[in-house]
Amino acid sequence: MNMNLKKTLSDYGTILVLILLGLGFSIVTIEEQWPTGNKAAKSLLQDVISTSPANGSNVLVLVRQGGDGKAFADALASESVAAGLNVLQIAVTQPVGARKALISIGQSGNSLPFIFADRHMANFCNEQLPRLSTQHPSLSTARVFTPSSHKWPNFLKKENLLNILKQISVVAIIAIGMTMIIITAGIDLSVGSLIAFSGVITALVIQSVGGGTPTTTHLFLGAFSGIIACGLIGMFTGGMVTAFGIPAFIVTLGVMFVARGMSFILADSDPVLVANPDFGWLGRGELLGLPNTVLLMALLFILAHLLMTRTSVGRYIYAVGGNPEAARLSGVPVKWVLVFVYTLCGVLAGLGGVMEASLHVTGDPKAGNMLELQVIAAVVVGGTSLAGGQGRIFGTLVGALIIGVIRNGMNLTGVEAHMQSVVYGVVILIAVLVDRLKAKIR
Amino acid sequence: MSGIHKRFPGVHALKDVDLELHTGECLALLGENGAGKSTLIKMLGGAHLPDEGTISFNGNPIQIHGPQDALAAGIAVIYQEFNLVPWLSARENIFLGQEPGRVCILPAKRERERAVELFKQLGADIDPATLCCDLTVAEQQIVEIAKALATDARILVMDEPSAALSPREVDGLFRVIDGLKERGIGIIYISHRLDEIFTVADRVTFLRDGAHVGTRPIVGLTRGDMIELMVGRSIDQEYPKEITEIGDVRIACKGLNRGKKVQDVSLEVRRGEIVGLTGLVGSGRTETARILFGADRPESGTIMMNGSELQIRNPRDAIATGICLLTEDRKSQGLVLGQTVLENFGLPNLKSFSRFSWIDLGRERSSIEDHGRQLQIKMTGPDQVAATLSGGNQQKVVLAKWLERNAEVLLFDEPTRGIDVGAKYEIYQLMNRLVAKGKAILMISSELPEVLGMSDRIVVMHEGRIKGEITDVPNATQQDIMKIAVG
Repeated sequence: MNMNLKKTLSDYGTILVLILLGLGFSIVTIEEQWPTGNKAAKSLLQDVISTSPANGSNVLVLVRQGGDGKAFADALASESVAAGLNVLQIAVTQPVGARKALISIGQSGNSLPFIFADRHMANFCNEQLPRLSTQHPSLSTARVFTPSSHKWPNFLKKENLLNILKQISVVAIIAIGMTMIIITAGIDLSVGSLIAFSGVITALVIQSVGGGTPTTTHLFLGAFSGIIACGLIGMFTGGMVTAFGIPAFIVTLGVMFVARGMSFILADSDPVLVANPDFGWLGRGELLGLPNTVLLMALLFILAHLLMTRTSVGRYIYAVGGNPEAARLSGVPVKWVLVFVYTLCGVLAGLGGVMEASLHVTGDPKAGNMLELQVIAAVVVGGTSLAGGQGRIFGTLVGALIIGVIRNGMNLTGVEAHMQSVVYGVVILIAVLVDRLKAKIR
Repeated sequence: MSGIHKRFPGVHALKDVDLELHTGECLALLGENGAGKSTLIKMLGGAHLPDEGTISFNGNPIQIHGPQDALAAGIAVIYQEFNLVPWLSARENIFLGQEPGRVCILPAKRERERAVELFKQLGADIDPATLCCDLTVAEQQIVEIAKALATDARILVMDEPSAALSPREVDGLFRVIDGLKERGIGIIYISHRLDEIFTVADRVTFLRDGAHVGTRPIVGLTRGDMIELMVGRSIDQEYPKEITEIGDVRIACKGLNRGKKVQDVSLEVRRGEIVGLTGLVGSGRTETARILFGADRPESGTIMMNGSELQIRNPRDAIATGICLLTEDRKSQGLVLGQTVLENFGLPNLKSFSRFSWIDLGRERSSIEDHGRQLQIKMTGPDQVAATLSGGNQQKVVLAKWLERNAEVLLFDEPTRGIDVGAKYEIYQLMNRLVAKGKAILMISSELPEVLGMSDRIVVMHEGRIKGEITDVPNATQQDIMKIAVG
């Protein structure tokens, strides 16, 4: 095989896998889509006005209750008014209510040339109108309009893609720290427990300083406490690894149990509520149409990439993983670097815990259970070698995306939970296999 | 071997190379680093396949697809880096891979007897039960040879077997080789030490830039001929020592102690001076340098720089005060092999290339490119991975990284080990330039001609202690040094 092609494949192989997965799930989730919302309302009105002169005509807006039904109905109504139509009634309702609305218009004797409906109500009208118009002749001229449908994969819908990003954000953010640790040939098993620990500490601090009515300042104070507590635990881990030379696997295994246990003890085994809904801003809020967690993830990945490629610290991390003795003899502060990566990973796990707590507005001691394995899987699938010295931050992002896409795709196609676990396992094994083959090619 | 070609991406490593080895002869393979010696012998060992050409044994063409094929064909290769498992005994290492079955009870008694017999043939007194990590480098070398002989090899390939040995141990090795020749075993011997070639080889095959430039019987060859055939030009003087003005004491240590390896060591190096530190392998030379560099902490003793006492707790402190160490083992200590030339070069220099830890990549790159030109580093560019460079070029990268630091005291531990004549010469000239600028160099070396050729003063160690000093270097001989070195 051509050498350049080989290099490209080994550098971008994981992106290729991600694209193929996306394509596959797109093909199997293609379905008829019935658009709703402002854009759909606007184009529907344009279609109607261009085909029939309709100024001043009466309109019934009929939309099924639930979901974004209310918003769609309001959009249809305001577009109708803007087009010079006369909106008789806006019904956001069940079939029974729709029937009532039609009958009441029929009884009033008003002409009703236009019914604007969503997919469900259009089906209902097409079934019921012929029968109703025998009793109420004014309904016989009514024509039902609904936004035209098109075929589009459920997987590729904007909400779904954002959903994937939202779901992976905690794992991906912690995976940044994990990537650095694994590049130094270490590992951190404690991050899952730290998520719970951070969430519980955050909620408890908010509760104790803010009482029943915590202010925004109290929320920030709580979040910082959680993050700093986890950072200190990470520093402790790094200290044990460097000062006593205990393998990171063992140290972090111990910390994992301690942190989990402490979370339950501190929380008294029950989730700790945060008595201020503003706490949900980080986990649920949006900015410019993007979830805050996703923006935070993107920002942290860019910063981490710059750290690893453009700063001394990044160079030191790679050097310590590649050959610690040569690094030490070149004046690299090896111990400092190790403590740094474990501390950073602790801080990021703490941040992940705050995000998780914010999403549920609760500090839950059960949060993040087994999440460390997902984090490690994201790093390994992303091409970072467990032997140390090699790995890319954006590789980890791709790894987290691959895992997120697989989970999302399996949910969309209705694969049940136990089978999903089997698929994860196989994906991780394949990723490690690809890693070995890459090493062989070199 | 005839008409051998091997191409690697971007490199035509071997071009139509022929090699012929007779029964019971020792053929030396000479060439500069990157001339293709290693590639050639890796084909014999089954690590590479030739792209073109044939290998025949006793007239029959053979295919060597892997190490097992090589062993089956009776070819044993002893690579420069030993392949011994440190926590297994000498006996277990010798018979590793030759167990009678996958799962079986090992014939320990028979193996032990055979191991004792092999060691006897090799004239070595090693207990087969000793763990390999407890053996000296020379003994490990013997175990490697015994391992090769245990397979009933008819051809033995040795890549730089003397690099880690002291002169006395090298003599022992030569006796072993003579014995093997008498038993009809053919030997391919690779070394950069020309003196050894004269002693041990019957014929010499020269490689230059991947091509076969000639095979000559040793009788009638001179050193000059050899160098010319290897390098393609003649080098008038192997050791281009220049006399420089020697100034004040730059670095000094007093009463350094650390275990048995370093006992009451005091020495000093002056501005513009090259001090040769020699002695047998294991006499404490490297350990002394490591203490000066802060890589190990002394139990007692002081280190002074320019007359004032230094507190050196780690290499970082040493580097900050202007001391640097060129380690004897560049692969495990000098370089991060998986990283690029640029990244290796940058490691000790990042402070000067960065502001608030943000690296100025452009300045760093142009700096390594400058050093690359000055030191004539053969590389595709700063982004080449260090592991793929030849030994001499790797050493030059390590040198570049310390030159950029502009260190005042340079501790060179075996600076020319495993490096060809041409590159050696360049390193000697570099040392001359450095002392001319007033730097102080402590050069540790086992190669006595080099020590005699380049030092202003020679310090000899024996069993962790300084046993003597030779100040009148021009009139000293190898025998003078050896007399002190053996105690």
